[in-house]
Amino acid sequence: MSVLINNSSKVIVQGFTGNEGSFHAQQMIEYGTNVVGGVTPGKGGSTHLGKPVFNTVEDAISSTGANTSIIFVPPAFAADAILEAADAGIKVIIAITEGIPVKDMMKVKPYVKKKGATLIGPNCPGVITPGQAKVGIMPGFVFRSGRVGVVSKSGTLTYEAADQISKAGLGVSTAIGIGGDPIIGTSTKEAVQLLMEDPETDAIVMIGEIGGNYEAEAAKWIKENGNKKPVVGFIAGQTAPPGRRMGHAGAIVGGKDDTAEAKMRIMRENGIYVAETPAEIGEVMAKALGVDA
Amino acid sequence: MNIHEYQAKEVLKSFGVKIQEGIVADTPEQALEAAKKLNAETGTSWYVLKAQIHAGGRGKGTVKETGSRGVVLAKSQEQVAEIAKDILGGTLVTIQTGEEGKKVKKILVAQDVYYPGDSKPKEYYLSILLDRATGGNVIMASIEGGMDIEEVAEHSPEKIIKEWIDPQLGIQGYQARKVAFKLGLEGNAFKEMVKFIISLYNAYDSIDASQIEINPVLKTSDDQILAVDAKVNLDDNALYRNKKLAALRDLDEEDPLEVEAGESGLNYVKLDGNVGCMVNGAGLAMATMDMIKLSGGEPANFLDVGGGANAQTVEAGFRIILKDPKVKAILINVFGGIVRCDRIASGVVEAYKSIGDIAIPIIVRLQGTNAEEGAKIIDESGLKVTSAITLKEAAEKVQQVLQGINK
Repeated sequence: MSVLINNSSKVIVQGFTGNEGSFHAQQMIEYGTNVVGGVTPGKGGSTHLGKPVFNTVEDAISSTGANTSIIFVPPAFAADAILEAADAGIKVIIAITEGIPVKDMMKVKPYVKKKGATLIGPNCPGVITPGQAKVGIMPGFVFRSGRVGVVSKSGTLTYEAADQISKAGLGVSTAIGIGGDPIIGTSTKEAVQLLMEDPETDAIVMIGEIGGNYEAEAAKWIKENGNKKPVVGFIAGQTAPPGRRMGHAGAIVGGKDDTAEAKMRIMRENGIYVAETPAEIGEVMAKALGVDA
Repeated sequence: MNIHEYQAKEVLKSFGVKIQEGIVADTPEQALEAAKKLNAETGTSWYVLKAQIHAGGRGKGTVKETGSRGVVLAKSQEQVAEIAKDILGGTLVTIQTGEEGKKVKKILVAQDVYYPGDSKPKEYYLSILLDRATGGNVIMASIEGGMDIEEVAEHSPEKIIKEWIDPQLGIQGYQARKVAFKLGLEGNAFKEMVKFIISLYNAYDSIDASQIEINPVLKTSDDQILAVDAKVNLDDNALYRNKKLAALRDLDEEDPLEVEAGESGLNYVKLDGNVGCMVNGAGLAMATMDMIKLSGGEPANFLDVGGGANAQTVEAGFRIILKDPKVKAILINVFGGIVRCDRIASGVVEAYKSIGDIAIPIIVRLQGTNAEEGAKIIDESGLKVTSAITLKEAAEKVQQVLQGINK
């Protein structure tokens, strides 16, 4: 089954004809993702990368039956693009754009929820169900198909984890890059919940960062839910000083429970296998599943 | 982005927030002029001189050269000029600046607002910030004004009042009243506080602030409510639509290496350790710093070269890391996804040669597309560079290098 996306997802690309949009749309098509078209206002009726271009998401849906959208629109216009997708009835919206103002996301998030859509991101690498669909900017070859779900705030750390999972002889069911901004569409807990309920996922890797309470919230939920599947956790930023923002807009140590140590402790208390270093994610997962790495 | 107190007060005033009036000065002469003008405008005959730097703890901080505090009360205009002389141009050291302190270029000459009257002046704490857990904004207030609020939160959390604001609706009158009542205010001071809170929220919302902190908010002896200090943090991502605010940026307050990195499109944060690192992706960069620590070193920096690592970005990164004299080794950690590792390896070699002789050991860990070709290029370059492919291998090599240095 996998979650969020699979080989029957019909994907459109918002910001299709821009540099980023074009490059990654091409990569997604080559991966085998069912890209049915794209949206660039003013370029409707033309063809790009062999796919139709539409002026609006509404037009794209009525012509192609699209249900999934990936957004590469620049930050100043990205909130508008997400709202347009939700309003038109797209069910899975994946926002790659980095640098969207927080105030915009405060308005976008409740609206998307009200429309019954799922927003992944922004400022994220996207979602991949290996062998079926890649709706994101990740290098597809790193992800081998398998039964470990991945939830991560960070792009390259997701690739790192997927690579280690492959080297441990395992593979990925779906990897969800939830993004590193202070306000994101899908929280760690919500993404973990999707994978817990997925019959094709046997175990979960959860990669977090300093800042916010998402990992703690997810850890508590996992325990309350009866630790149904083994979960391996890693938190980046043990050496980050308080008050300094580490790249991601959300990666900043605020209160006491924001630190990597506190998050790792909370994860352990809730029955999660914690990888002390990023180099151990694969090994810890293999151990948790009782397989030889 | 942070702005100075005098800038923050001007911005807030334009939204109707009542402030302790003041005039900023660059020289002792200007400070005296400012005092005269304030006297004419507000009738004040005492003045508070406040060093303008981007750090808290100024009142208890010390100017290295003269021993003066960073915030000083002057009881006459003559004193204003003298005190300004002791602060301006000096280096102010506070608990937030570190030992090196910060140069004071400007001083705010402000009216004295603690004058005696019908009631006693009383200080409060008020802030508005993003609450990540709810995806909305929260107002925090306390009767413990002028104190370190984190300490209040730890020792007497019941003294912190919280009111969540729905960003769609904005602040409602009842919410401001709730806060003002909980602060124990009544009469005219209550009405003034309600106005103060509403104007402050409107300012927060309009300028895309990520945090506004007023500590203290003062109830004067004649029941006015004023911002005596103001700390405003702005959302960097929204500066494109707040150009007037973006122009308030003071580059002198930022680390020069961080400014230089920003100009090259790199995300750099200087730290205190001995192992420099250059990584693609913020999460992997933080994880790499953690790994350096576990290998027995201390990270010298955070440096994210972003998604499109190439020879230019690698060279810019090298140059910035090498300017930090504490750095004894460098770890480059790139997960080549869409960018191929052999290209990055060539970039590293090119950058290395273009900089010339680099005296410290470098470990290059390349993983992902064409990782082995990348390692081969590094190994055959003849440079003092060690290659690694897995993260574990990289950690071990960092450890070996550090043992060599510590011997």
